[in-house]
Amino acid sequence: MALPFSLQNRLVLVGFIAPALILLGAFFLLPLGHLLLVGASGPQGIATYGAILTNQAYLWSLGQTLLVSAATTAITLLIAGIVGLFLQRNRFPGRGLLLALLTFPLAFPGVVVGFMVIMLAGRQGLIGQVSLWLTDEKLVFAYSMAGLLMGYVYFSIPRTLLTVIAAAEKLDPKLEEAARSLGASTARVTWDVVIPGLKPALISSGALCFATAMGAFGTAFTLATRINVLPMVIYTEFTLQANMALAAALSLVLGLVTWGVLALARTVAGASVAAGA
Amino acid sequence: MKRASLFWLQLAVTLLTCAFVTVPILLSLTAGVTEDYRLGLASGLTLRWVEKVALEYGDTILRSIGLAIACLSVTLVIGVPLAYALARSGQRWTRWVEELLMLPVAIPGLATALALISAYGTWSGLRTSSLFILIGHVLFTLPFMVRSVLAVLTAIDLKTLEEGAASLGAGPWRRFTSIALPNARGGILAGSLMVVTLSVGEFNMTWLLHTPFTKTLPVGLADAYASLRLEVASAYTLLFLLLILPLLLGLQWAAKRLESRP
Repeated sequence: MALPFSLQNRLVLVGFIAPALILLGAFFLLPLGHLLLVGASGPQGIATYGAILTNQAYLWSLGQTLLVSAATTAITLLIAGIVGLFLQRNRFPGRGLLLALLTFPLAFPGVVVGFMVIMLAGRQGLIGQVSLWLTDEKLVFAYSMAGLLMGYVYFSIPRTLLTVIAAAEKLDPKLEEAARSLGASTARVTWDVVIPGLKPALISSGALCFATAMGAFGTAFTLATRINVLPMVIYTEFTLQANMALAAALSLVLGLVTWGVLALARTVAGASVAAGA
Repeated sequence: MKRASLFWLQLAVTLLTCAFVTVPILLSLTAGVTEDYRLGLASGLTLRWVEKVALEYGDTILRSIGLAIACLSVTLVIGVPLAYALARSGQRWTRWVEELLMLPVAIPGLATALALISAYGTWSGLRTSSLFILIGHVLFTLPFMVRSVLAVLTAIDLKTLEEGAASLGAGPWRRFTSIALPNARGGILAGSLMVVTLSVGEFNMTWLLHTPFTKTLPVGLADAYASLRLEVASAYTLLFLLLILPLLLGLQWAAKRLESRP
């Protein structure tokens, strides 16, 4: 028996959905639309959007942001891939503790992650102390591109790790056994069986790493780096230059790029799931 | 032999990563209770930094807790019925609603905050109240509540259960409260913990949305990192960690509970 879709039923469903839609419309879609207009309200008008893409400084900033985000994604996937597979495959005393410690920073905001980088590589940081003791030279890189990269990797490891472990649990061990029994080496099995199996999870969590690194602001803010990643440029334009039009246009470009990467990754990941099935 | 060495190599990477993640936390915890961090623990332990932070920044901690509770209430009232409606109707337009819902997470918080300021920044009553920050937090956390509840509701056979109830004469509201809600308990719990954790830690949006009178915990932290001595910044971080630790443990517990259910 199909549930009768009576008028009453429909009204209840509409009543359940309407508040969320009103909220999103009034406080998200409408403001975004307004931002789009603001972006075109500067002295250059609608050409502001075009000017961004031809301005050397902004392009350079966008390039740097893309680069640091790509590096974050690659390093995080490598580390989380190795650690995640290891923790999923092996059972040993202390495993639960290791996993708990590794995922503890899951709820750290970017600012706190920035401070963690300072504790490690800042002026009073551990790396500085150790290097001073070893080589008589104090190694301080928290406030540079390397420090920012370190912070983004720190931020991304817990989330990515959890996704890799969850995906590795769903892999069919029979495939690996079959490959092994046919004489494939460990490297071969990893490359031909394990990595393709994990591919959708790697793509989607990689895209998430990339997107968060693109839009991250807290870490760069805490490190007060002189590297001009795009979110910092937007912030400076908005507060110091009071250039709302440019800040609006830049943040819309940033939002579009980030959303585009996530959407693309979902399509690719979805396709590779379908191909694997 | 080869597989054994691979095991040790992976273990080494895992331990190194764990050290990378935990060592700075431990350093910060230590610095927060050390008299003078440059001199090390030898300078003695003290709680005066923690006290100083509690006195000067106590209001940011309270505001963050208040915002998190308010944010949770709103996402519960709006999000749970929405998840139910999405699970029940299962038509094409629901994909679009889900997509729209996820947008504030996909788009950098900085852009959302700028958009809110550009549209409503001139309403000074709203701009200077914590309500402005709450709006941002709700936009950002709502999808996590909806997805968490939706995941549980789509895993059970909601339709059959409801048909049974409907044939016994239960109306739509009755079916929502007596079938969907009890079945979605696990998802609601996991979603709630997630919402509170995210709200307490939100910075990207809040930094632009706050005013000097509506500072939240992460905003205060950023202030402290930028201008105060390392010991005070560490003590502040220590208080933050104390606040989120029970939330994190709760999240892990809720995830395990959801997993172990048949």
